[in-house]
Amino acid sequence: MTSSLLYAFAGVALCGIGLFGFIRLRHLLRKLMAFNLMGSGVFLVMVGLAQRQGEPDPVPQALVLTGIVVAIAATALAVVLIRRYYHLSGQTTLDESPKEPSQ
Amino acid sequence: MMRSPGLVLAIVGCLAFTAGLAAAVGHIAGTPAPVSLPDVVVDHLAASGVEHPVTAVLLNFRSYDTLLEIGVLVIAGIAGISMARTTSLEDPELRTTDSLLYALQRWFVPLMLMLAGYLLWAGSDRPGGAFQAGAVLAASGVMMRLGGIPMEFLRPGLLLRIGLALGFAVFLLVALASAFGGEAFLAYPKAFTKPLIMTIETLLTFSIAMVLLALFVSAPVNQAQEPEEGEQK
Repeated sequence: MTSSLLYAFAGVALCGIGLFGFIRLRHLLRKLMAFNLMGSGVFLVMVGLAQRQGEPDPVPQALVLTGIVVAIAATALAVVLIRRYYHLSGQTTLDESPKEPSQ
Repeated sequence: MMRSPGLVLAIVGCLAFTAGLAAAVGHIAGTPAPVSLPDVVVDHLAASGVEHPVTAVLLNFRSYDTLLEIGVLVIAGIAGISMARTTSLEDPELRTTDSLLYALQRWFVPLMLMLAGYLLWAGSDRPGGAFQAGAVLAASGVMMRLGGIPMEFLRPGLLLRIGLALGFAVFLLVALASAFGGEAFLAYPKAFTKPLIMTIETLLTFSIAMVLLALFVSAPVNQAQEPEEGEQK
């Protein structure tokens, strides 16, 4: 159990938290942030798992670097879409009825 | 207290997902890797034209990924711009009179431009490269935009299109040229590896910064320009 593996397992935990938020949160911006949390967890798993022998591995690092830039662009696009959706519908959730299901 | 079954289901599902993922990570960590990728990269570093392993992977060994990535960025930028109103690009409300922002701008924008140039150049033999430089460049653009500096090139038109597509187009051109020249797709000719990588990186920096800045700008700022469809119901 090296410290790199700790990063990988922290990434696993982030993935779980992000998935929960993505399923349960209703506000679209929060959903987006939860989704980004999952993405960060995946990056941590990739980088942490690859350098478990001690030395950093440039291949996953380059892939994660690529992934980060794509994630930023996708997040920005999602924010633009959410703002447009809010502009058109006046809602911040995807539900038809904003009522909380009782019980 | 009775909780909704959906919440319990979500908690159980997420815990199961996390446990499965953790088991997978533990299993992978337990098995020794059949090939040591860092050693392979180090062995071929001399042939890549740059001295830093991450840059070598990005722009030579796995340049296919980078090519597709800038393609994704361009698509995201185009989609974002198509959502925007062109009127919001020169919103007078954005012309701030905040003196602190002006002072910061005067000091930071030249520094950040210099830093972007340094990062781009440093990528060949130490951490740095097109993505970091592009991010810094985009950040200085965001700062200039917040300060209300007019940036004509961000209006939809020829300059914006060229700026968005330049990195991808040149990258693709190099790839196709090497393919038609008898080499493999994206295999740089030996003699021009370093200059080609530097050219691609420079243009990538501009295009990445342009895409990120365009996405920032294209978030519709003034909402009262059009009648809202939501109001009519």
